[in-house]
Formats: sequence, structure tokens, C-alpha cells
Amino acid sequence: MKHFEVLGTGCKKCVSTAESIERIAQELGHTVSVEKVTDPARIMEYQVMSTPAVALDGKVLHSGSIPEDDEIADWINSDSVR
Amino acid sequence: MLDVFTNLADWLAYQLLGLDAATRLGTSVHFFIEDTTKILFLLVVMIYVIALARASMNLERVRAYIQQKHRLVGYFFGSGFGAITPFCSCSSIPLFLGFTSAGIPLGITMAFLFTSPIINEVAVIMLWSLLGWEFTLAYIVIGMAVGMIGGMILDAVKGERWLKDFAAKAYQKAAAKAQDDENKVEAPEVPKLTMKGRHEFAKDELKEIVGRIWKWVLIGVGLGAALHGFVPDGWFAENLGSGQWWSVPAAVLAGLPLYSNATGVIPVMESLIMKGLPVGTTLAFCMSTVAASFPEFIMLKQVMTFRLLALIFAILLANFMVVGWVINAVSPWLFSGF
Repeated sequence: MKHFEVLGTGCKKCVSTAESIERIAQELGHTVSVEKVTDPARIMEYQVMSTPAVALDGKVLHSGSIPEDDEIADWINSDSVR
Repeated sequence: MLDVFTNLADWLAYQLLGLDAATRLGTSVHFFIEDTTKILFLLVVMIYVIALARASMNLERVRAYIQQKHRLVGYFFGSGFGAITPFCSCSSIPLFLGFTSAGIPLGITMAFLFTSPIINEVAVIMLWSLLGWEFTLAYIVIGMAVGMIGGMILDAVKGERWLKDFAAKAYQKAAAKAQDDENKVEAPEVPKLTMKGRHEFAKDELKEIVGRIWKWVLIGVGLGAALHGFVPDGWFAENLGSGQWWSVPAAVLAGLPLYSNATGVIPVMESLIMKGLPVGTTLAFCMSTVAASFPEFIMLKQVMTFRLLALIFAILLANFMVVGWVINAVSPWLFSGF
């Protein structure tokens, strides 16, 4: 199962990013886990400076805005499942 | 060119609504229509144009650039980039840590964060259209000075001692390695942007920014209009305007609990100055409203100890007061038009 992390200190955009991922995964019939990471120390480890950012299985895919739906669908559909 | 908006307001307020230009309500409504239409028009055009130009700029590149600079120049660039880099206040923590963990001194990072709310393209456009370029230029210089001086004081007292542990460790680690070039963060490749890509970016920016600030414009201009119509000319001059020294700290304190961004405050500023409140007092009030906001400070609590936060707060307030006093003292020569 893919593990998404939404990095952000708890602003509105971070919440809607997490919701988008969950919604699109459901639409596509995949089960994913989405975790909201609000701990600044962990965000720092990812070297992310603009939030919301999205990491999949420990790798940052996107930062600075709410990702587009298409983009999210690509991540969910990609083969990089561990 | 901007007469269009005066004419539009004349027509809407006096002809269509049948208000009398000599009444308080009439002048207020006129002011409101003229300023909202003018500001919104200018904002839409200018935000788009500016976003086209800065489509390829991002925080990672700004950080790499500041890191290569000598410390003294660093304050200037920290503050300058704070002014021109768009970033949402909800990003201030990741930004703070991103800078700190790259070994950028606390004072330079804070110069960025201090200046950021005071100066941005929206504020500059509004000031320019409402109060003219001389005032706008003075505002930019003052805003950057507040950021730079605030940052220098923080470093002079070694403020980084009072960061939260994890942030302090990240900073020390980076600073210790700063001698080797290895630690320099690489500036990421400049993304090649086509005209279409730039247009997409600018369109998104425009939607984002206007969506966020239009309420503030209405509220700000609404307050400005009320002041304009209902406070008699010279009221401030008679009651506060003779420049009593205490009016400046009073203005700073009055601005503290008010939380607004620059967009909402500038139309109020215009009215206050037109009604004879001294320019320095007005600026002190506005900067205190915009730059010292409690929500921001509560966020910074995640990376700073209370002691450091209190220090930053005190430095900011002191800076605003100095700005107020100095500008009041020199404004008779600087702004002869007001």
C-alpha cells in the first residue's frame, strides 16, 4: 500500500491536499494511507521550504501548492509500490 | 489615465445614486467607489504582469543566493527577497527551518520574515496609486530598514541561543560545515518556462492572490471611506497632530491587537494622512498592524523559545516607534505635499 505524507504546519491548503489524495484514491479504487505531517522537525528533514508538500514512500514529489488532480492520479497509479 | 475611476465614481455616486457631493455620505460613497475600482483594476493588471516576470523564481534559489553572500550584504538581500518573494504565511515555519538548516544566520532569516508582510507587490501598487511614488519609495526604504535592523540586533545579541533545540542543532551543524564548500546548497536548475507556462503560472497567481485579498481591499477601503467622510478635516491635526511624542507609541499599541495585511491597511493610511495624522505616526500604526501579528508569533513558537519570541516582539515594537519619531521629525522636509 502506498503511503502518502502531506507536509505542512496545519494550514487550510494542507488539509485540502490530504483530502484530495484520499478522494482520488477512492475514485480510482486504490487503498492508500495518507498521513498529515505537522511536526516542523520532520518537515525540515525533508528539506521542504514551501508547503503544502507531498511525499510518497519517503520521497518528496511536490511542494508549494495544492497539487492538481491529474498529478495525484498519476502518483496513485504509478508502479513504484514497495 | 486613472481619471477614469474618478469619473466612474462621479457618475455612480452623484448621478446614479443621486448623492450630494457636499454630504458626508456622498463623499464616503464616492471615495469607496473610486478606490475599490481603481485598486482592483490595478491589482489584476499588475499582479499578472509581475507574476509573468517572476515565474521561475522559487525559495530554493533565493536561499542558495543568500547563502553565497557576505553576512552584511546578507541582511540587505534577506530583506529584499522578503519583499519580492511571494509566500504564504503558513509557510513561514518550513521557510525558517529551510534557511536555518542551511546555516543562514537567524538575523538574515528574520530580516526576510520581518520585511515580507510589510512590502509586497500588492502594497506597492496600492501605495503608488493612492499616495504617489515619493511616499511609496519612502515606505519601501523604511520597511526594508525595519527588517534589516531587526535582524542585525538579533544577531548582535546572539539570538540563535534561544532557538528550540532541534532548530539550534540544525543551525550549528550547518554553520560548522560552512567552511567547506560541500555544505553550500546547490541552486536548483532554473526550470525552462515557455510563454505558455508563464501565463499559466501568472493566471494561477492572479486567482490565488485576488481571491485572498479582495475582502481586505473592501474592508480597508470601507474604513478609509468612513474616515474620509465622517472625520472632519484637520481633526487629527488638532487632537494628535502637533506631534506629541507619546502619540507614536500610542499608535503602535493601537495597531497591535488589529490584525490585517498591508492590503487592508493602506486605504486607511491614505485617509489618516489626508485627515492630518502625522505621517510617522500613521506609518507606526500601520506597520504595527501588519507586521506584528499574534497568529504569526504563535506559529513561530514551534521553533523558538518564549524568550526569543519576546525579544523579537520587543525589537519590532521599538523599531516601529523609532520609525514614527524619525519620520515625524523629518516629514516637514520630506513630504511637503502632505
